[in-house]
Amino acid sequence: MNFALTARTMGRTMKAVSLAIALLAAPQFALAQAAADQSAGNPPAVAPAPGAPVAPSQMSDAAKAQKAMEGTEEERAKAPTVEGMANAVSAGDESNKPSATTGSYTPMAPTPGKGMPVEGAIGLQDQYSKLGEYGAWIHDWVLMPIMTLISVLVLALLVFIALRFNKRANPVASKTSHNTLLEVVWTLLPVLILIGIAVPSIDLIAKQYKPAPKEALTIKVTGNQWFWTYGYPDNGDFEVISNMLNIPGEPTINNGVREVGSKPWDGPSHLEVDNRMVVPVGEPIRLQITAADVIHSFAVPSLWFKLDAVPGRINEKVLFVEKPGVYYGQCSELCGAKHGYMPIAVEALPRAQFNAWVLTHAGGTIAPKKPAAALAAPAAEAAPAADASEPAGDATAEAE
Amino acid sequence: MATTADHFQAHADHHDHGHDHDHKPAFFARWFMSTNHKDIGTMYLIFAIFAGVIGGAISGMMRAELMHPGIQYLGTFARWFGAQNPDFNSTLHVWNVLITAHGLIMVFFMVMPAIIGGFGNWFVPLMIGAPDMAFPRMNNISFWLTVFGFLSLMTSAFVPGGTGLGAGTGWTVYAPLSTSGSPGPAVDFGIFALHLAGAGSIMGAINFITTIFNMRAPGMTMHKMPLFVWSVLVTAFLLLLSLPVLAAAITMLLTDRNFGTTFFDASGGGDPILYQHLFWFFGHPEVYIMILPGFGIISQIVSTFSKKPVFGYLGMAYAMVAIGVVGFVVWAHHMYTTGLSVDTKMYFTAATMVIAVPTGIKIFSWIATMWGGSLEFKSPMVWAIGFIFLFTVGGVTGVVLANGGVDDYMQDTYYVVAHFHYVLSLGAVTSLFAGFYYWFPKMSGKWHSEFLAHVHFWVFFVGVNLIFFPMHFLGLQGMPRRYPDYAEGYAHWNYVATIGYMIMGVSIVIWLINIAYAFIAGRKAEGNYWGEGATTLEWTLSSPPPFHQFETLPVIEDAVHH
Repeated sequence: MNFALTARTMGRTMKAVSLAIALLAAPQFALAQAAADQSAGNPPAVAPAPGAPVAPSQMSDAAKAQKAMEGTEEERAKAPTVEGMANAVSAGDESNKPSATTGSYTPMAPTPGKGMPVEGAIGLQDQYSKLGEYGAWIHDWVLMPIMTLISVLVLALLVFIALRFNKRANPVASKTSHNTLLEVVWTLLPVLILIGIAVPSIDLIAKQYKPAPKEALTIKVTGNQWFWTYGYPDNGDFEVISNMLNIPGEPTINNGVREVGSKPWDGPSHLEVDNRMVVPVGEPIRLQITAADVIHSFAVPSLWFKLDAVPGRINEKVLFVEKPGVYYGQCSELCGAKHGYMPIAVEALPRAQFNAWVLTHAGGTIAPKKPAAALAAPAAEAAPAADASEPAGDATAEAE
Repeated sequence: MATTADHFQAHADHHDHGHDHDHKPAFFARWFMSTNHKDIGTMYLIFAIFAGVIGGAISGMMRAELMHPGIQYLGTFARWFGAQNPDFNSTLHVWNVLITAHGLIMVFFMVMPAIIGGFGNWFVPLMIGAPDMAFPRMNNISFWLTVFGFLSLMTSAFVPGGTGLGAGTGWTVYAPLSTSGSPGPAVDFGIFALHLAGAGSIMGAINFITTIFNMRAPGMTMHKMPLFVWSVLVTAFLLLLSLPVLAAAITMLLTDRNFGTTFFDASGGGDPILYQHLFWFFGHPEVYIMILPGFGIISQIVSTFSKKPVFGYLGMAYAMVAIGVVGFVVWAHHMYTTGLSVDTKMYFTAATMVIAVPTGIKIFSWIATMWGGSLEFKSPMVWAIGFIFLFTVGGVTGVVLANGGVDDYMQDTYYVVAHFHYVLSLGAVTSLFAGFYYWFPKMSGKWHSEFLAHVHFWVFFVGVNLIFFPMHFLGLQGMPRRYPDYAEGYAHWNYVATIGYMIMGVSIVIWLINIAYAFIAGRKAEGNYWGEGATTLEWTLSSPPPFHQFETLPVIEDAVHH
């Protein structure tokens, strides 16, 4: 295991411990814990306020140009911890620097190893959503130790038995075939372990199903053979068609699409697309997922997101990206010949840059009813108590 | 039964071709019109080995393609199937045909025929002291339906199936990919294969249930039956209750495909998710169908080579019953990402985790059986101990996948592939090899080489772990299943897995050599060649047993064996 991975899991442990406490305790206690963390010297900057917009200093020219049009600057300024949030968000993440200089949008270059598989790695992808961090904690710190313990226990018993009770060491077999106490113990003990697993596990499910606030941005995701389309009904209902980039030296997968690596911001082959699904960072997004032909599945591992795209149904789930970046995923339900060639690329940008991106599309509008700051407040309320109690947000963990 | 035996006796005397007391019919009548449970069991085993070699070769084709990123061999494979100058889509379609065929063959035409049709047919009557199965002719048709099902599946690979030749729907045959998504006769042939194999299995299940309930020898009460018989009984009930649901589901697929119905088409008021519910209502019990008889085999072997009765016999028997019952109410854990409601997902999470309890009872009871025993590490025992460990590893990853919220990450990734291969390829198949070495001399009358059997085990053990353990890593890094090509980030562990496949392939060659050795030069096996630990009724007979055994029913005394 490499150092980065260790550092990550260490950070996660710290969170894990307090999360566990928060889970087991009453919600009031969880809130108290959160307050204690704040007063214990953790800079308020790292208590993420979901939906907080970027500080002016971080805004691109495009976004600045937009201010007048939107007229929401004052509201933004009122949002708590605005500057801190913006600083935390961009700390240690080069790719976050706005790249647009001409008032148009330039795709973000992905950070190697972030939001994509890492060669030779043996653990989960790093997580960039609250639910992802929680899920990864359950996997790494609840399930993995139990799994390892049980497997090692069984192996140790088998080895011990092989040494102690082989024919030479134990020529005469005992005739014991019952021991009620033992049988009761090895029935009840697993029951207790499973209950211990079920508590955080059921809690995770409950959180995953928390609906998006009414004002949340809606994006309509449609799976097709073999590409994705992303509709933005709140922003003038334009649609983005997303095809995988062709791979140099391989047969043409998508006609009319350039090869991967021909632009400076291209990510890994098999994962990069011509038009990414661009989303605003730090606010809940309502994804409505369906399919046009057969079943597909919209999956982004680093955001702990997977939901099937079923023709004739609309599946809905909240996507919340904590930090700007490009996050890759792939279709995860067999959908025919080119199932392996319809990846997903989610590009999370600060609100202003997202708005600038929207305006590059014919018919793209910024909905006046849904200013970013108005989103922040309900989103913060909706954030569950246990989440709020987490000390040291990701920005800090990342800086380590 | 007496009349049947008399009839055969008279028949043989008339023709006067039996110089021993085994009055066997002539070749065609014996093998094509067979009503003898041992002959049918042998045919099932030969068929399963044949199908398993094909299914295993297909996994070799897949591992070759996956050794490096990019598409290397699929075009060649497409030409093997008869495609002229395949375009890129029909080249990729070959991949989907391979994964579909591999899954269907291994499930329906390898594991099930071997473990239920083969060992079940051979040893259930022997272990309960019955002369044969209850319905010998139905036994015959069960086998031949399976064979014709296999032929139908093979045929499907050479006819159009949408973007290329063959059915490329995955073994789950999800609509609408299998309906509107796959025009052409290939999927119809595939569905027909499942119909035939399913009908064969239902008849087999009826046969086993009737045999076990009605044909136990005097004194062989239910609670004295060997655990292998218990396992086949539970399995038969699972088959009987789940396969009709599959038959209904795939019949609806057929009518959706060919007769304009819209059971699984939302545009006509149907629902693609309905198909998944029906399929998995069958599909989840199906995984227990594949592993439960393996549990039974392992119990027999562990007891034999520990020279001890099975620890907690009743707990073991009813743990299997519990697994069977709970196995029917956990199906939607295969569908966590389809958009289930929150309560549904919570229920299936909780219900699925419950299965870990009876499974744990079985693991611990096997260990307790060995505890205090006088262990002999003959080849079946080595395989059985390997099974216990590998199945534990496969079981604990099952607990991870049981969590609906965590499964949002794992669903349809290689983590799932690793999990179910640990319980099936390393679980069910390991128990098959254990059973094979345990009973091969009994069935054939010839000894395999114990040395080669041990070598086979270690090479196989290293190989399969090298294939499937890295798949956990690939899954945790998010690699989706059923992909012929992948990003560079997945290259390393895929390469390792392919190396593992080559090692595993060598072990299969060792096994086939061992079989050939046994028939060519193997020494003769006695009746009870495993000695004092082997206490079930098949060890009271010669090796191989007479063509008709127990013409005088054995009487089971109190406190004999389990």
